[in-house]
Amino acid sequence: MKPAAFNYKKPSTLTGVLELLRESGEDSNILAGGQSLMPTLNMRLSAPSLLIDINGVDELFGISVTDNTVRIGSMTRHAELEKSSVISEHIPLINAAMPYIAHPAIRNRGTIGGSLALADPAAELPACLCALRGFVEMTSTSATRKVEAKDFFRALYETDLKANEIITAIEIPRYDQNYFSFIDELSRRHGDYAMCGLAFHAKIEEKIISDAQIVFFAVEAKPIIAVTAMRELEGAKISDVSLEVLQGAVGNDLDPFGDLHASATLKLHYAKELIKRAITSGITSG
Amino acid sequence: MDNIEQIKINTVVNGEKVEAFVEPRLSLVDFLRNELELTGSHVGCEHGVCGACSIQVDGSVVRGCLMLASQADGADVISIEGASDAGIVADLQKAFHERNALQCGFCTPGMLLTSSELLDQKKNPTRAEIREYLSGNYCRCTGYEAIIDAVETVAIDRAGSSHNGKS
Ligand SMILES: Cc1cc2nc3c(=O)[nH]c(=O)nc-3n(C[C@H](O)[C@H](O)[C@H](O)COP(=O)(O)OP(=O)(O)OC[C@H]3O[C@@H](n4cnc5c(N)ncnc54)[C@H](O)[C@@H]3O)c2cc1C
Ligand code: FES
Ligand code: FES
Repeated sequence: MKPAAFNYKKPSTLTGVLELLRESGEDSNILAGGQSLMPTLNMRLSAPSLLIDINGVDELFGISVTDNTVRIGSMTRHAELEKSSVISEHIPLINAAMPYIAHPAIRNRGTIGGSLALADPAAELPACLCALRGFVEMTSTSATRKVEAKDFFRALYETDLKANEIITAIEIPRYDQNYFSFIDELSRRHGDYAMCGLAFHAKIEEKIISDAQIVFFAVEAKPIIAVTAMRELEGAKISDVSLEVLQGAVGNDLDPFGDLHASATLKLHYAKELIKRAITSGITSG
Repeated sequence: MDNIEQIKINTVVNGEKVEAFVEPRLSLVDFLRNELELTGSHVGCEHGVCGACSIQVDGSVVRGCLMLASQADGADVISIEGASDAGIVADLQKAFHERNALQCGFCTPGMLLTSSELLDQKKNPTRAEIREYLSGNYCRCTGYEAIIDAVETVAIDRAGSSHNGKS
């Protein structure tokens, strides 16, 4: 189908974008990579009167590194994150997530800011950002603020982003070389949205686990931080972890919803399988 | 809706300068097909799933149904017609033909542009890598096996020949 008619503006500055957004309010949509917005417009699931294209705002693009953080502009495309040596060196979890996101042609356009703003429950990047304890930077005409990922995702497709704000950047703390990253998911076909996925990040030094972050996606309305399971791992020797106990803890942490592709029971089964894979992979990684 | 402002675009399509006024909601693939009569790119699902609408924009293959014509302002656009005329996909076309890697041909332009992008990035892809790269392109006829064979053949041929691909 074809979208309903809309107007189109492409400001070349952030101020230009934010002013348009303030003037037009709820009646407009930000257009980033378009890989989720355009399908919804084409299917006429929504019909905004104005699209504000942010592809012309240079300051929203690119990756930079400071002493403590890696800063990723919201318009940085998946394909760029996939190829970036800065990302593979400093945030291997994000690099490892890329092949799971859709297909190459979609990664050529889709952006990290778009993924986070959309907050699809089955998307990889929201879960990765939670596991990395990253921050989302949002800007309006009057202020800029940063919110930690775990507080940014509120409910199904619902975030902390206000109608007069856009996501300008993502900030992720730099972790030392002892951190281990793992992401895996189960989906019907390669590139499809997950039926159940896990982003795992932990320090493993001399085989002892600390600071573990276990975040499941595609099981509930938003990324789920599995706190009981995380507590089980704290201070444990990786080769001595009882999978049965850990899987039990995952069972406590999750309350999956069933969907078209997988029932709640199946999702829980998958989640237990994924945590097993994470530990196994952690053991073999040294 | 009233007061829809047409957008003026300047773009290069298959090496030729194009200046046009477009409706904001017009997709890039519909612009190519309906305004420029370049009907090689196909329109299937119109929501990013099938890959029939694949077009190369500024060197990257994208979904023509998920990009607006107005967003092609200032861009360098290459459709299957341009890639074909320039000979960039000639060896792929030949291999698809010889291996029967197309039947109705609806998916073929997208398959060719996407496999061409893969072979530009990776000289010796494994079959699994070819499959993965083409995973966003649906084919309802061939069962994919012949397509993978054809792309693999070209990868091997290109790696074997010292000059750029074909004679
Ligand atoms: C066939 C297909 C398969 C896919 N599979 C996956 C998958 O497996 N995993 C996955 O994670 N994603 C998948 N996607 C979605 C893809 O990753 C999108 O690129 C992404 O979700 C949205 O990013 P975008 O830049 O395209 O955003 P857009 O589509 O441009 O925007 C999405 C929404 O976010 C808002 N928005 C965008 N940027 C900002 C910003 N900076 N500030 C405020 N609001 C903003 C828009 O207004 C819109 O509401 C798939 C898409 C398709 C078509
Ligand atoms: S028509 Fe564009 S992906 Fe199907
Ligand atoms: S040849 Fe018919 S869809 Fe691929």
